[in-house]
Amino acid sequence: MPILTQTEAQALLKKVLAYSKADQCEVNIYGKDAGNLRYARNAVSTSGGNSSSTLAVSSAFGNKLGVATINEYDDASLEKVVRRSEELARLAPENPEFMPFLGPQEYAATSPTFNKDTAAIDPKYRADEVAKSLSISKENKLVAAGFLENHVAYSAIMNTNGLFGYNTSTNVSFNVTLRTEDGTGSGYSTKAYNDVSKLDISAATRIAAQKASGSKGARAIEPGKYTVILEPAAALVLLENMIGSMDARSADEGRSFLSSPGGKTKLGEKLMDERVTIYSDPWNPELPTSRLNGDGRPHEKVTWIDKGVMKNVYYSRFWAKKNNAKALPGPDGFIMAGGDATLEELIKSTEKGILVTRLWYIREVDPQTLLYTGLTRDGTFYIENGEIKFPVKNFRFNESPIIMLNNVEALGRPERTVSGESQQSALIPPMKIRDFTFTSLSDAI
Amino acid sequence: MGLGALVMPNLTAFGNTVDPSRFLNDGIDVKLKKQLADVALNAARAKGATYADVRIGRYLNQFIVTRETRVQNIANAESFGVGIRVIANGCWGFAATNNVTKEEIAKAAERAVAVAKANSRVVTAPVQLAAQQGYGEVTWKTPIQQNTFTVPVKDKVDLLLSVNDAALKGGANFVNSAILAINEQKYFASTDGSYIDQDIHRLFPTFTVTKTDRNTGKFETRKSLSSPVGMGYEYLTATPESKVGGIVTRYKDRYDMLEDVKNATNEVEQKLKAKSVEPGKYDLILDPSHLWLTIHESVAHPTELDRVLGYEANYAGTSFLSLEKLKSGNFHFGSNLVNVVADKLQPGSLGAVGYDDEGVKCGNWDIIKDGVLVNFQAIRDQAHMIGLKHSQGCCYAQSWADVQFQRMPNVSLQPGKEKLSVDDLIKNVEKGIYIIGDGSFSIDQQRYNFQFGGQTFYEVKNGKIIGMLKDVAYQANTQEFWNSCTAIADKSDYRLGGAFNDGKGQPGQSNAVSHGSSTTRFNGVNVINTARKI
Repeated sequence: MPILTQTEAQALLKKVLAYSKADQCEVNIYGKDAGNLRYARNAVSTSGGNSSSTLAVSSAFGNKLGVATINEYDDASLEKVVRRSEELARLAPENPEFMPFLGPQEYAATSPTFNKDTAAIDPKYRADEVAKSLSISKENKLVAAGFLENHVAYSAIMNTNGLFGYNTSTNVSFNVTLRTEDGTGSGYSTKAYNDVSKLDISAATRIAAQKASGSKGARAIEPGKYTVILEPAAALVLLENMIGSMDARSADEGRSFLSSPGGKTKLGEKLMDERVTIYSDPWNPELPTSRLNGDGRPHEKVTWIDKGVMKNVYYSRFWAKKNNAKALPGPDGFIMAGGDATLEELIKSTEKGILVTRLWYIREVDPQTLLYTGLTRDGTFYIENGEIKFPVKNFRFNESPIIMLNNVEALGRPERTVSGESQQSALIPPMKIRDFTFTSLSDAI
Repeated sequence: MGLGALVMPNLTAFGNTVDPSRFLNDGIDVKLKKQLADVALNAARAKGATYADVRIGRYLNQFIVTRETRVQNIANAESFGVGIRVIANGCWGFAATNNVTKEEIAKAAERAVAVAKANSRVVTAPVQLAAQQGYGEVTWKTPIQQNTFTVPVKDKVDLLLSVNDAALKGGANFVNSAILAINEQKYFASTDGSYIDQDIHRLFPTFTVTKTDRNTGKFETRKSLSSPVGMGYEYLTATPESKVGGIVTRYKDRYDMLEDVKNATNEVEQKLKAKSVEPGKYDLILDPSHLWLTIHESVAHPTELDRVLGYEANYAGTSFLSLEKLKSGNFHFGSNLVNVVADKLQPGSLGAVGYDDEGVKCGNWDIIKDGVLVNFQAIRDQAHMIGLKHSQGCCYAQSWADVQFQRMPNVSLQPGKEKLSVDDLIKNVEKGIYIIGDGSFSIDQQRYNFQFGGQTFYEVKNGKIIGMLKDVAYQANTQEFWNSCTAIADKSDYRLGGAFNDGKGQPGQSNAVSHGSSTTRFNGVNVINTARKI
């Protein structure tokens, strides 16, 4: 099914709701047209595209809820999915935590999540751009593996209580790993935007090429505590896990890093360096995000951490009602404030330290302290007296973003980056952190 | 659009339109699927494809999710569509559509050919497919005894709520439980002359018990010791023979969820009071409920041929293994006790299918023999690179909408050949840790350096288990670790573990896979303490 406009989505969802016999019914639809080109060993490997959409129907009888999804849109299939959700709702036991679906909501002005040029990307654009990336790789006698993906997507929600919401977005993402022919050096670069005019695939490939050639012949240095400069793509994979753990209910229930002895929480406490401010803003021109949450709640500008103080946590609608709190949904993308320094200036101001391009395979070790483990990858360098001296072998780290954000030495200029783990974008600064804990060496290149 | 509404009117031979709800129970008529598949293959050939395959898939999922006394969600998901892969001008192309009509299938096939042709100018060597015979019209089904989808929802809800009740009565503060069921109805056809109809079932019952200590603000959890399986609902009817005794009951091909949650509730209490581990070198005794994940990360992934060749360099990573190490015939991956087999047929496993997603009949083969690397995992366009005439049948796509590529089969450590019990493994250990259940896991992009946690950790001193530990994780280098393997229990202890969500590829895809082993001992492994203060 093609991408639906707001009017088309409205008409389809209205038709679905007309089949409902439940006390309440809510319908969500999500659709995407996507294309990609993947390459490795300096040649195209797999590529393709798909157009897909999913319709989810939630039916409720009293406080009994059933959900069914389908991706077929003829009348018989639409009625089938409604009936199926109703059957499940009738079979479901009473759920005292069920919340009636939202009524009509006010959504503020559209955020520029959609860009028509990105929506118009075709296979030729992808092949032309990848050809440029491959040329840079071959010119530098490197071996490229990369991925260029673009999509246009929409989501809409409607229910029998009068709610309707719609959002459309585009995204183009590019990431590339260049390795030396002998496999002793590796470099990486990643970019993602709503607006394709901001993407410079050649520039990104050149950065990866520089890191690959520069990381050849890495030396082993002892693991331990080091001052590190985390490039935004490296910092993001730790910060996004912290943001994902800021749920009010877990904190209140005593099973979160925000839980305190005696059944209290750390909300309102200063947990980090005062230079740490993290917020979300759907209308930020560099990182436009959706105006509405999946359950129809409007997103707004929210400061989550203000000068190191835990200001807000997010709530399910049930937990907010129970605790008489505002039902803030979790953010769709986040922004961390920084300073004016460039990455180069951060390096220049460092007496001894390690520059980290990318962190990889991040997994939670202890949810109580948000201790995570993972490894450096694709460009790790030793800095001395303000200069990159030599590449170093990769490390495994065991570190908590809470401890890390207490050990801030300096923050650079925020830039849009994308997580190599979740593929989510964020706007965050490069950051210089003291006493970052590396626990072992890795032979991986 | 719905198959019944749109396709059937074109097919007069089939007469009346079929009620779409019939497809949920009986699947789609195989004759109809063959006709649709031929539309794709013919359209691709007409546009210049030298090879084409088509997958018509209906994927059904059911999730029942509860916490404490409440059902949080009951969801049925259904996805139906067609994916078409072609070779044109020596290059792969792929397109998918959920408009399952003859016309839209033909258009998708044309799009796939257009993509292949557009990309062929950045191809350095044409795709070289290993020969594959056509099998004609064949079928394969997961040998289930009871289809989870036909078990009344009430029965599943009652089971989960009784599990939660047992945990709460036992003193747990929180408990989450779920039953996840998957049915892949897959039809594959190719220009080689295969028409393969498969019906694949998977099930995963699971829970997590949490206990908090309000005074200290600390909490601990213990996950279920179940495994996702390639079975029907019969997995939940435990028998005495399916249980393994010892420090806690563990399970073979049947699972007792109620018994396990009672044990978990006791253990989570012990975990809160457990001693924090002293970092250092320990002998590790690893239960199959834990070891499957270490096998998955450190053996199954590095022996994937696409990683070895560099196809995953940008995301999942490459491998410390190489074609040269394989060809040498003397690369000692592990000690001579270590025998690892790839097996796409193992009963009850997640990876068991009759044919892979490029129409290759599945089988099994050695990967590590007496500690030496002897083979990788390959698909049709890679087979020639390791001197194979035929694919090993490792091709898989997570849905009709995704392109198939090399994914791991079940990769399992073979049990010890000598009679040896878990007690025998422990009795000679002076300073060790016995680990049960999987926990945190992380490994580098070439699979050298890994770190694993677990669910429960028991301190072993002078051949005896003396109490529970916490804050345990072990770090090692893959080759050193497998060469430190000093004992493997015999086949009476052999069990499967696994996951629904083995991730690889760009765009990312999930693969379901199992890994079997008996309890195994590794000597002198580095253990760290993971406790921190914030």
